Amino acid sequence: MALQIAFVIFSLIALIGAFLVVTTRRLFHSALALVLSFVGVAGLYILLEAEFLAALQILIYVGAIAILIIFAVIVTRHLMDPKARAFNEQWWRAALVAAGLFLILVFTIAKVPWPVSEAPLPTNVIFSMGSSFVGTYLVPFEVISVLLMVALVGAIIIARER
Amino acid sequence: MLNQYLFIGILALASFAVPVIGIGFAWLISPKRANPLKRSIYECGLETIGETWVQFRVQYYIYALVFAVFDVEIAFLLPWAVAYNRLGLVALVDVVIFLGILATALAYAWRKGALRWS
Repeated sequence: MALQIAFVIFSLIALIGAFLVVTTRRLFHSALALVLSFVGVAGLYILLEAEFLAALQILIYVGAIAILIIFAVIVTRHLMDPKARAFNEQWWRAALVAAGLFLILVFTIAKVPWPVSEAPLPTNVIFSMGSSFVGTYLVPFEVISVLLMVALVGAIIIARER
Repeated sequence: MLNQYLFIGILALASFAVPVIGIGFAWLISPKRANPLKRSIYECGLETIGETWVQFRVQYYIYALVFAVFDVEIAFLLPWAVAYNRLGLVALVDVVIFLGILATALAYAWRKGALRWS
């Protein structure tokens, strides 16, 4: 019972945050509402007992991605202008695409059988993740570091052109 | 296991309640006759000079991006650190390469002066 209540609360936090993202008049406030939505999703992860994922959600999405979005808003010309409009003539097209995506997702979720495994949950997820970085996923692990390097160097080249 | 999160939930509620009660109670009992002096932001910062909603310098974005890159790196280093005791030398070499590539990126940012405030 308590779990259901917690689920409803976190879902409401995520949904209200997402709703505010698309309805607030200022892009900056949208970015802040996105943080609220991320926190709600982190709560849902905890309810699913995916604690590492929840910690990453807070650390990376709330900590880094939200900061990136907020900084992107404050360094963009005219976006911080109080007179700037957050909506334009294209809003109904975007709504159409979003509604279509929603229908596809609902259809897919209804169609997939979602098999339930009887096997016990792995006891130490973080440990098995860490050992797979040395074994199975050694090359992807190193490629991630290359990807991060490319992101950093590319951003510096774009942001510092004079 | 989820019961442990009950404490976090209670703390979250308390930390939400304290400012709400404080501000709400002050709003409830305070007299509402304002004058310009009373509305000044006494000991709460300075009046902004010019517009508040201005465009900031793009250099802030590089700092945010460097932070994001190393934040993601932490996410990969934590499982490695948990498993390190039982993995041996391969794990060490693995992460030295991982960090080496990222250190190259940081060295590049440093060399290009992206971290200097000009």
